[in-house]
Amino acid sequence: MTAAPVLALRGVSKRFGAVQALTDVELEIHAGEVVALVGDNGAGKSTLVKTIAGVHPIDDGVIEWEGAPVSITKPHDAQNLGIATVYQDLALCDNIDVVGNLFLGRELRRRGVLDEVEMERRARELLTTLSIRIPSVRIPIASLSGGQRQTVAIARSMLGEPQLVILDEPTAALGVEQTAQVLDLVERLRERGHAVILISHNMADVKAVADRVAVLRLGRNNGVFKVAETSQEEIISAITGATDNAVTRRAARTGEARK
Amino acid sequence: MSTEHLADSNPEAPADAIPAVDPRLLVREEGFSGYLQEFLRKMKAGDLGSLPVVIGLVIICSIFQGLNSNFLSAENLNNIAVTMVATGMMAVGIIFVLLLGEIDLSVGSVSGVSGAIVAVLSVTHGMNEWLAVLIAIASGAAIGAIHGFFFARIGAPAFAVTLSGLLFWSGFMLQILGDQGTINIDSDGLVGKLTTYYFSDVAAAYGLAAVAVGAYFVGSFFDSRRRQAAGVPSRPIVEVALRTGVLAVFAFGAAAIFNQYKGLPLAVLLFLVALVGTDFLLRRTGFGRKVFALGGSVEASRRAGISVTGIRITVFAIAGTFAAIGGLFWASKIAAANQSAGAGDLLMNVIAAAVIGGTSLFGGRGRTWNALLGVMVITSIQYGLALEGIATPIQYMITGAVLLATVVIDSVTRKTQKTAGRA
Repeated sequence: MTAAPVLALRGVSKRFGAVQALTDVELEIHAGEVVALVGDNGAGKSTLVKTIAGVHPIDDGVIEWEGAPVSITKPHDAQNLGIATVYQDLALCDNIDVVGNLFLGRELRRRGVLDEVEMERRARELLTTLSIRIPSVRIPIASLSGGQRQTVAIARSMLGEPQLVILDEPTAALGVEQTAQVLDLVERLRERGHAVILISHNMADVKAVADRVAVLRLGRNNGVFKVAETSQEEIISAITGATDNAVTRRAARTGEARK
Repeated sequence: MSTEHLADSNPEAPADAIPAVDPRLLVREEGFSGYLQEFLRKMKAGDLGSLPVVIGLVIICSIFQGLNSNFLSAENLNNIAVTMVATGMMAVGIIFVLLLGEIDLSVGSVSGVSGAIVAVLSVTHGMNEWLAVLIAIASGAAIGAIHGFFFARIGAPAFAVTLSGLLFWSGFMLQILGDQGTINIDSDGLVGKLTTYYFSDVAAAYGLAAVAVGAYFVGSFFDSRRRQAAGVPSRPIVEVALRTGVLAVFAFGAAAIFNQYKGLPLAVLLFLVALVGTDFLLRRTGFGRKVFALGGSVEASRRAGISVTGIRITVFAIAGTFAAIGGLFWASKIAAANQSAGAGDLLMNVIAAAVIGGTSLFGGRGRTWNALLGVMVITSIQYGLALEGIATPIQYMITGAVLLATVVIDSVTRKTQKTAGRA
């Protein structure tokens, strides 16, 4: 990983009134890498994601995009940089078909009129490259299963060819088979060179697809682990704070030193 | 857990690409039995479409025809067709609002204001009638935009805003009509002609039918060809021909009925133009897609970058515009602007027409063509009851019951559709 990270957070802090939600958070993510963001409830995962997505502007610290500092103050800034966020509530319109949802807000036009044929063709192409299987692109979202909806939502985020995709608890509400579909999709995103931030509560999911795990605890970094070299117990103890020991401190520091 | 899935998700081989049609999807088989199967499946899933309305219309017509053989006479059908345009225009406007999942209770009053503005400006003040009509329609749009502003920008419930509007604008109408109460409109003028002018040449009605059928066929044919070229599923040519045939039967049937009386009414032509135009707007433009998106999920629309406030205000302005246009047809029909315009059961009829036609009160589902079917039902009932000499109180009760029945059907089908995953 010699190239500059796609996204780097340097000492990011965020306050809400009297609550210090994030304190000096460091995070780096490279192209073609899946970083899992884990932590207990209230650890600041969602807040961190929202600062990256531009929902909550940061108070202190620097956000670097491909090595250069950027300011992200509104969702549009993040989108323009190439950051796509798939929130837990998928934000799909139940009454509109798959094609319509994929292109919602960026419809293709031909002589001022919606180009349904071209949108349908591109939708099929996109779903095919991501190996997403849904019965038909012309049925309303309401007819799809939870996993299919999740994959549609993720596919939608891919339309703008983002460099960084943030997935907020993509498997939280899904069954075994559907979870597998979504995890497959995450791996495909990595293979295509996208950087992925994956928020998850499920250690099995994290171990299955993530390259590195960043642990947040009470709004602070509590270690960054290489998944291949770390046991599930180590990660969990970092989440719960059971081991606030030298090893995790050093891991966090070496991550810092690299910048 | 996901390892065994990795095997078949090799990125080098997306060759097991989605076939044009997923094998799990229930596809319609070729031929007539295929149509029948698809039809039954849709019925079970609560996707009733226009079927209840068509059946209802047939039942209504046969009952009234049984009671009075004049009901299906060319003259009566013509009168129904011309009268329904006023309510129908307003229903077109309210369908936009219903698609958002909101309601506009002020359309009746706004239509009254529009008629009064034209009458006062052109008759009392001697203004050019074209200009007066333009001012009336613009006022309708402005009034709708005001409602939309209070709803979308201030965040007041649309129900409450337009309920206030209902009272405010009927007061406004009474105020500008002044002491006279009734202002008669020249029935040879622009507004007067709206419902009295007929294209008496037989060719007009048949020509319109031919143009409509031809345009539909050409449009569907080229759409189908383009889809084939792009490799996406397309309608087989047989189906295109079949649909065109059905349309042709109705179009030429209607044209024949019009020609048996005085010819193609101008009002009906304008109504059809409005229907085609709004249908195009809703289904083929980015604006229409945004309206449907808002009816489906406001949050999703906002995240997709849709200007929620802007669309909402525009939709209410459209409803106001069509209310004003409906008011002009109403004034034309009674050849006057009077104090009772826009009152009584008009608002209920407008909402009933939209909902009976198949527009959902829950938002996100419906087409402006629904207004045509719905208003045919409502107006047929009114004319049938009037032919029988049944008094207004009973008419009100029957219209109320019909509206309730429709709302019940809407709610029940919505439930069925949810379980069948189609809502």
